[in-house]
Amino acid sequence: MTQSLLEIDKLSVTFQLPNGPVTAVKDVSFSIAEGETLALVGESGSGKSVTSTAAMRLLPELAETTGAIRFNGENLLEVTPKRMRRVRGNDISMIFQEPMTSLNPLHRIGRQIGEVLIRHKQLKGKANRQRVLELLNQVGIPEPERRIDSYPYELSGGQRQRVMIAMALAGEPKLLIADEPTTALDVTVQAQILELLKSLQAKYGMAILFITHDLSIVRHFADHVAVMRYGEVVESGRTLDVFDNPQHDYTRMLLDAIPRGRKEPAPADSPVLLSGQDVKVRFALKKRLFGKNEYFEAVRGIDLSIRRGQTLGIVGESGSGKSTLGRALLRLLKSEGEIRFEEADISGLDKSGMRPLRSRLQVVFQDPFGSLSPRMTVGDIISEGLKVHHPELNRRQREAEVIAALEEVALDPSMRNRYPHEFSGGQRQRIAIARALILKPELLLLDEPTSALDRSVQVRVIDLLRDLQKKHGLTYLFISHDLSVVRALSDDVLVMKEGRVIEQGSTEMIFSQPKEAYTQALLKAAFLESEAA
Amino acid sequence: MTTESTPYSGEQTHGAPLPAGGPNPPKAPDPAIEGAPAGESLAKDAWRRLSQNRAAMLSLGLLIAIIVVCIVGPWLLPWGLAEVDWNAFGTGPTLENAHYLGTDANGRDLLTRVLYGGRVSLSVALVASFVSLVIGVLYGAISGYLGGRVDNYMMRFVDIMYSLPFMFLVILLMVVFGRNIFLIYAAIGAVEWLDMARIVRGQTLALKRREFIEAAHALGVRDTKIVTRHLIPNAIGPVIIYVTLTVPKVILLESFLSFLGLGVQEPLTSWGVLISEGVDMMESAPWMLLVPSIFLALTLFCLNFLGDGLRDALDPRTR
Repeated sequence: MTQSLLEIDKLSVTFQLPNGPVTAVKDVSFSIAEGETLALVGESGSGKSVTSTAAMRLLPELAETTGAIRFNGENLLEVTPKRMRRVRGNDISMIFQEPMTSLNPLHRIGRQIGEVLIRHKQLKGKANRQRVLELLNQVGIPEPERRIDSYPYELSGGQRQRVMIAMALAGEPKLLIADEPTTALDVTVQAQILELLKSLQAKYGMAILFITHDLSIVRHFADHVAVMRYGEVVESGRTLDVFDNPQHDYTRMLLDAIPRGRKEPAPADSPVLLSGQDVKVRFALKKRLFGKNEYFEAVRGIDLSIRRGQTLGIVGESGSGKSTLGRALLRLLKSEGEIRFEEADISGLDKSGMRPLRSRLQVVFQDPFGSLSPRMTVGDIISEGLKVHHPELNRRQREAEVIAALEEVALDPSMRNRYPHEFSGGQRQRIAIARALILKPELLLLDEPTSALDRSVQVRVIDLLRDLQKKHGLTYLFISHDLSVVRALSDDVLVMKEGRVIEQGSTEMIFSQPKEAYTQALLKAAFLESEAA
Repeated sequence: MTTESTPYSGEQTHGAPLPAGGPNPPKAPDPAIEGAPAGESLAKDAWRRLSQNRAAMLSLGLLIAIIVVCIVGPWLLPWGLAEVDWNAFGTGPTLENAHYLGTDANGRDLLTRVLYGGRVSLSVALVASFVSLVIGVLYGAISGYLGGRVDNYMMRFVDIMYSLPFMFLVILLMVVFGRNIFLIYAAIGAVEWLDMARIVRGQTLALKRREFIEAAHALGVRDTKIVTRHLIPNAIGPVIIYVTLTVPKVILLESFLSFLGLGVQEPLTSWGVLISEGVDMMESAPWMLLVPSIFLALTLFCLNFLGDGLRDALDPRTR
């Protein structure tokens, strides 16, 4: 068991880009023994995916690789492409982050799994189908006889990831490379997939190279861990040792990057700022000229109210309708039911009626890469709201406001003439926050503002949001699937599932004594670490 | 929290060193607005990047040269458009009698005719492409942005326009307005914008679900501003590519019309007409085909390289 299966020895990868070489991986060494799990941990851009892709020899041609990757003693960097094709799928297989895009949408899943069997096991016809059914059964797809003929779009995200795992297992590999296999999934599904991987590992005795940015998974899942940063392994060892006694500053910083603290409650007598009565949103699926239209009900009648200075966390898995609810409350979507802002009913207002209110109700979106127009400078993006709501300001006054807003979100104001693509994810999210803040809003809808960010960046954005709230007395409507973030920011929490509110109460209540089974499952799956640790 | 004591965010672009635990010294705040680096407008910025693209700049220079020569050239040459040299019928390029690129079968100076033809071809290309660009982009962006029923009706109108035979449209225009070169501009422009509208609409449909459009809604930005400031600039890449494809198409369409007797009429000519005349004389007088073809090919080459360079220059991400 202790003999190493995969040994990576002084691996360096350099990309020859038009504007000079970029070294993505520098002198990385680690090894995995049979049946063992090694987690490669690091933030985005740390080179962890490049390392694993190099092991499969799947890097683009402009990458220069030096060092050695030994699999069972054979240096994979030197073998012929033909031999490599046998290794892939047969000895080493891989599962990817995005189950939505890594399956071919035009082929039935049975065929996609069967293809691996034809290539590597020479299994054809009935035997092939039999084996596919077995595999589907093993990865826990319900009704495999029916599902084998499904197309990928008929399956949920979790099921697709199971299919990917079945494909990876089809060649009975000795090593499975899992590149962020659960990042795109809901927490409860994530827990199931991890459970599945663990049980399959025990059954087949395969080694797993597990790539992730999520340290809470690592603690529960991996035997060994290697922490990467800027293409180098800064620390490696047994998971427990590294977690209990981190040696490197960076590891410590990562481990420390848990959103902490609680929000100070808003004064009990503060007035209600925004409230919704029986809010419903439905989308037309099929429009018919005659007869009834078909609708999908995303939000099915929700009552809520937020007092000034309060933060209401809305929690739920993907598809629970939480983002839709947020957009409906800000009247960015058509909805039924009554929405009141400071006593006034705003549900009947049209676009121009809403316009004066827009500066008081602002949004920050999830995807810092999608929420900024790539063809406008940061200054233009931030000042756009001013042009709408304060047309009386001249250029210089606007510029002064932009500078103040950038300073407020701790960005260097001299960067205002640059374009969004020059900024990192965390900086872009700060720009998005500045765009909202410059209008001095009273209510801020935060729609998963930290989900796309690295953990350490997340913590800083959360601190920023908390400071801004205190300073300006802001009211937050905070939408997230990340329970630890919600716990750190919210006064009250509202748990949603399938367009309905399952449970509602103060943050303390929900987290310490969840009543509903669904809430309990969510909390359990989130591997929430006690803050004392 | 005060701004003074806040370290500027440590989340730099990938590859920059991570800040140590301690606070970074805050940069000195700009004392005055003038202290910040001067704002660079998108156009200025694009021009700077375009000027670094050698192929594009060379193409631009050559294109300008061709245009200038076409405008100025005919005045400097000793021959007129329809002037017949009775001593030279179908002679090849020579320096002796000032027929630098030879004469055609009727003894008219080929260089003079090519330059006059260039005026027609280039102006048709310019006007028709511009018309199709403006109408197509606006129509497509509005249709895609409004969506729903409006989009449906607007695109069905495009479908109907597509199904009208182009020749029928041109002949109809001729009958109503008489023969006129501006009719060619109008007719070609009226047809070419349809493709553009479809392309822009497709782009818009994809763009309008992006979060920055939603953010603009949340800011209360007006629909017209969203279309002009957010949608169209982000759809510009495919649009430029398509324009560079439209120009040769328009030049060829014009020669086709002229060939049928619906376009420019003798003695006025265009590159397309000259080429089709040259094809007939290919064996006995190859220069009659080669000279206008080289002018046309050079122009199209330049447009393609320039279009490529423009697309890159207008995209801030390619810096």
